[in-house]
Amino acid sequence: MTDATTMNAVSGSGLRKSHSGDIVKASLKRRYAAEKRFRAYGIAAILFALSMLAILFSTIIGKAVPALTQTMIQLEITLYPQDIDPDGTRDPDVLSTANYRKLIRQAMFDLFPDVTSRRDKRQLYDMISPGAVFTIRDQVLKDPSLIGQRMTFQMPMSDDIDQLNKGAIRADLPESERRVNDKQIAWFKRLESRGIVETVFNTTFFTAGDSREPELAGIWGAAVGSFFTMMVTLLIAFPIGVLSAVYLEEFAPVNRWTQAIEVNINNLAAVPSIVFGLLGLAVFINFFGMPRSAPVVGGLVLALMTLPTIIIAARSALKSVPPSIREAAFGLGASHLQVITHHVLPLAMPGILTGTIIGMAQALGETAPLLMIGMVAFIVDIPGGPLDPSTVLPVQIFIWADSPERAFVERTSAAICVLLSFLVIMNVGAVLLRKRFERKW
Amino acid sequence: MNDSATNETQAGTDAAGDEKVKLLSRGVKVFYGDKQALFDVDLDINENEVTALIGPSGCGKSTYLRSLNRMNDTIDICRVEGDIILDGDNIYDKAVDVVHLRARVGMVFQKPNPFPKSIYDNVAYGPRIHGIATGKEELDGIVQTALEKAGLWTEVKDRLDAPGTGLSGGQQQRLCIARAVAVSPEVILMDEPCSALDPIATAKIEELIDELRENFTIVIVTHSMQQAARVSQKTAFFHLGYLVEVDETEKMFTNPSDERTQGYITGRFG
Repeated sequence: MTDATTMNAVSGSGLRKSHSGDIVKASLKRRYAAEKRFRAYGIAAILFALSMLAILFSTIIGKAVPALTQTMIQLEITLYPQDIDPDGTRDPDVLSTANYRKLIRQAMFDLFPDVTSRRDKRQLYDMISPGAVFTIRDQVLKDPSLIGQRMTFQMPMSDDIDQLNKGAIRADLPESERRVNDKQIAWFKRLESRGIVETVFNTTFFTAGDSREPELAGIWGAAVGSFFTMMVTLLIAFPIGVLSAVYLEEFAPVNRWTQAIEVNINNLAAVPSIVFGLLGLAVFINFFGMPRSAPVVGGLVLALMTLPTIIIAARSALKSVPPSIREAAFGLGASHLQVITHHVLPLAMPGILTGTIIGMAQALGETAPLLMIGMVAFIVDIPGGPLDPSTVLPVQIFIWADSPERAFVERTSAAICVLLSFLVIMNVGAVLLRKRFERKW
Repeated sequence: MNDSATNETQAGTDAAGDEKVKLLSRGVKVFYGDKQALFDVDLDINENEVTALIGPSGCGKSTYLRSLNRMNDTIDICRVEGDIILDGDNIYDKAVDVVHLRARVGMVFQKPNPFPKSIYDNVAYGPRIHGIATGKEELDGIVQTALEKAGLWTEVKDRLDAPGTGLSGGQQQRLCIARAVAVSPEVILMDEPCSALDPIATAKIEELIDELRENFTIVIVTHSMQQAARVSQKTAFFHLGYLVEVDETEKMFTNPSDERTQGYITGRFG
């Protein structure tokens, strides 16, 4: 019967003389050429993307590297008792409000006896960072017995001198076009020739909070703020997201209500993030009266923003658990909840965790909604908890990028590097978690 | 032909004397949404016997099997009417808890579906969730007995911690049987348990089914008529949602009373 059919087909198709093998052979070259072209397009696309990435990273890292160092001056200072503690009480209040500025000025004038005019004196003193007084104050407070001695302090120089030292401000430009004048350059050269200027690792950048002075500004305040914000986001978005997904996927009846909820969740994922910021401002701050600029509010807002991502990822992870596993558990008499907690959730966990970490990474890089709830404020202190005012890494980058000082350029790039490395760490974590939980069935 | 099923069964019970009806179905109808998949099935399943359900694809035999332990409950649009009575209790009664029912009526599926856990945990899962074992030693005993009953003990006793998914297809299916047996159900439902297995593994499972008959009532759906003939005592033939004929297996395959049964068995359709 099969033979008959084949014969009919052959005779019916107009008596083909050559076998189709020849036709196939003739078309092979064309087919392979098409495949080769397609591959070439793919490789070109990947190379383009990679080169853009390489340019991005090399510029950012290249600009960030100078932020790792800071120009310091080794200044010999006499701690005159009459200037610090004239009554000899050694009271910490007196010690912390003493006029250390005068001591530094004196030390600088001693180095340059030829500087006499008021204006020159001020410019000379401006070469030292305003934060230098804290270096002395902190040491005196720690050990009041130093008062009266003459000793060497290592103090930061001002950001302009720092930029000059790093070559970002060029001495060969006309004087009116640079922030350091000819006299200051000459003084700096003299300081260098005395061997008291040195470039050291910039620990301030990794340990301090924000500051108006670039040489005193650090990323730590924003990093701690980001940490608290992320913790709040995770603690709220993960349980609520997973529970919603489990309920919608496993228990909820399919009706108009659940369909409406599903559509709304999908829409929420596409809502611009600044809208969530407005919502947070209206609900959490104005209605519930929660503190402004606090990580707890930022965390809540970002949790709302992350929820749809987690719910959608968790639902698709739950859906992808093979029905045979459910059937097996149901067939043994496991209750619905046991089926979920013993089998479905553990198998869906890698997918849920991946979705959560992607959502968290998105939240970590989010700026716009936090501007609305006041996390863009200028905050110098390191936050001690989620209720303290603080800022976060991306907002810190935004603030610095907005600042006019030349030295903030390198700090902005360095902060971007810190943020990017956090994101890389989180993504690596996602991959590792997925590998760890992945099981075959 | 089904209106006389009750009488026939009673007559059969009288004649054989030692046969007891374990599962009694009367007027069972199953609907998927608006579509009716099963029409008025009356069937008696005897204790400690293997009952085979045969019929062409889509005839409703699997649907019927899955209504015996209410697995159809997990499908939202599925609706069951009629009475299915297990030892005098209507299993669709509101008073019957589905968890309890499934502990009494176990199931083995078409595709081996061990949990992605160790061999031991696979078998121990049922006893654990039902709290059958009181201690570790008792649980070990249950696991060993179940694996022995499933003919798998000698093959896996040295690697109980190995993942159940690492076994061969036939071993996985026997593991699933052990998992069902570990709960000590009264009835075991098997939905084409050998369709994914090679002939040697199939032979082992068939042998096993014959041994399990001593302790359990078994209902098996199969596509292979040879298999139905080899393992079952009673065979039911389904066609287009109707139970066409049910009789002693020997009689079904030698002298079926319905023309359609005759046609199916001899391979004219299906």
